[in-house]
Amino acid sequence: MAKTLVEKIWDAHVVKREEGFPDILYIDTHLIHEVTSPQAFDGLRKRGLKLFRPQQTVATADHNVPTLNQHLPIKEELSRYQVDMLTKNCAEFGVELYGLGHRYQGIVHVIGPELGITLPGKTMVCGDSHTSTHGAFGAIAFGIGTSQVEQVFATQCLQQSKPKTMKIEVNGELGKGISAKDIILYIIAKISAAGGTGYFVEFAGSAIRSLSMEARMTVCNMSIEMGARGGLIAPDETTFEYIKGREFAPKGEKWEEALTYWKTLYSDADATFDSILTFNAADIAPMITYGTNPGMGIGIDDKIPSTSAQPTSEQLSYQKALDYMGFDDDASLIGKPIDYVFIGSCTNSRIEDLREVASFVKGKQKAADVEVWIVPGSKQVEAQAVAEGLDKIFESAGFQLREPGCSACLGMNEDKIPAGKYCVSTSNRNFEGRQGPNARTLLVSPLTAAAAAVTGKITDVRELLEA
Amino acid sequence: MKKFETLSSSVVPLPIENIDTDQIIPARFLKATTREGFGENLFRDWRYDSNNQPKQDFVLNNPTYSGKVLVAGKNFGCGSSREHAAWAIQDAGFDVVISSFFADIFKGNALNNGLLPIQVSDAFLAEIFKEVEKNTDTKLTVDLEAQTVTIDATDSQESFEINPYKKSCLINGYDDIDFVRSQIELIEAFEENKVFKFY
Repeated sequence: MAKTLVEKIWDAHVVKREEGFPDILYIDTHLIHEVTSPQAFDGLRKRGLKLFRPQQTVATADHNVPTLNQHLPIKEELSRYQVDMLTKNCAEFGVELYGLGHRYQGIVHVIGPELGITLPGKTMVCGDSHTSTHGAFGAIAFGIGTSQVEQVFATQCLQQSKPKTMKIEVNGELGKGISAKDIILYIIAKISAAGGTGYFVEFAGSAIRSLSMEARMTVCNMSIEMGARGGLIAPDETTFEYIKGREFAPKGEKWEEALTYWKTLYSDADATFDSILTFNAADIAPMITYGTNPGMGIGIDDKIPSTSAQPTSEQLSYQKALDYMGFDDDASLIGKPIDYVFIGSCTNSRIEDLREVASFVKGKQKAADVEVWIVPGSKQVEAQAVAEGLDKIFESAGFQLREPGCSACLGMNEDKIPAGKYCVSTSNRNFEGRQGPNARTLLVSPLTAAAAAVTGKITDVRELLEA
Repeated sequence: MKKFETLSSSVVPLPIENIDTDQIIPARFLKATTREGFGENLFRDWRYDSNNQPKQDFVLNNPTYSGKVLVAGKNFGCGSSREHAAWAIQDAGFDVVISSFFADIFKGNALNNGLLPIQVSDAFLAEIFKEVEKNTDTKLTVDLEAQTVTIDATDSQESFEINPYKKSCLINGYDDIDFVRSQIELIEAFEENKVFKFY
């Protein structure tokens, strides 16, 4: 029977299927971090259980960690306690930890791929909604709650109902200055922040196929922002090339065996999806959000849609969002002064993102009254940036290259945007208060963020590229 | 997990759409390592101003409204996977959340903690909001066994869907882990026979 990619991987992991019950799904790899795991470890202790498969569990500290002076003890008491608790729990239950100070430490969704832990055909979970990132390799990867973290600890399985499948095709060529981030912001703006709820999304089409692995990760990362549980892309030569030789990737005979299997991982030509959407890459402009959910996005040269154009039942929430952002109906965002630029997060903190920003800002200066933070996704990304001399470019442009972590994406550490300030950000969520109480977030690509950093205002990067 | 019993309660209305988990419980309050105590920071930035003074116009600060049922606009619980959102709602005294649409992960987290998410039609949701606006004491009856929610004053009723397995977990107070643990031999057999041994 013809199957979609999701069905192939899902069905290969069903331990038990019974009418009226969710499937018992085997999980190959469980990633954990300090925020959503302590209560799950506690649960194991209360039940008197060991961790069932510690060797299939990998931990890092990312959400709470400072991005300056990581060699010093964490100043904030509760953050320090949570990070210490992770260290203690990993030691007690035998989990490999890439904690602060380790050369592999970094954002959980950056280190999995770069270490070769993320592989095609795997099932992967993490107590973090952006686990969908790993789908870029053709894996079923999704975020779970803490009770489920405990369930995977105890059984290496999850009870999950098989999701519906959606295919999103993007065909054609992207314009100059347009990147993966613009693709995904465009799709979410088209189908809304709930348009993918209940689905696993397979991204396909020539525009997706031509993306690098890191760019594919950016697309899959934000699947959750349209409500989808996960997003994935069928593995191909680009995927295999990226994985080959990485620390934990299969080697030798195992590599050959893996390749043979991975090459069977695609949706059959006559497979049926529950929903299919098609977009044209040429229609995509540099994107920016103007509201308080990722579905409220426009092309940077478009005007903010008016409240009266929204369905009546949604006008109250829409107006509330514009009020929060300090924006008006029908206004243009171009030229609007901004206060902060944040380049980082599991969406856009990889070496290609940093290279793209560096090549744009080389020889330029940041605007005087804008603060610019660049937070690499991992120690390895940071080391690579330094090896390539990107740190020098950032320094002479007045950009601050910090140490790895989730940072201002969610403001759990000290990296918060002050109330009322505008932050042009390469992260994934523009929710109220996400980057700090009353902070105002505008989601964009790394290139659009770099343009705003240089001009001090919202700028159509295409004009600077053509100049 | 405590058993879910039929309840009749007044409601707290929150007619806002796309309420994300950062509104339910902001990230800076996720630093606790136990499940308790999150209720005091539920809807923190809507509830308190920057000086930690209650905002009088927010519904949780209005003594007119109380009850075990939170009623909210569509796409409730979108965003992060933090189970702390479900814990916070429960810790603040709610047993049920009603909306016309829930985000997936929130819904799963709620069910895993005995907090019942009920998805109703847009029309029924509007009807609840209208009745509560007319009379702030409006009571709803939630019968999980029959899978119905009823506006007591008008007898207007709607059925809701729930996975039969999750329903029995809620009614009996069972949790998933005990169930899956009972299948451990099957899991070990699966591991033996995996087609992809190289993971």
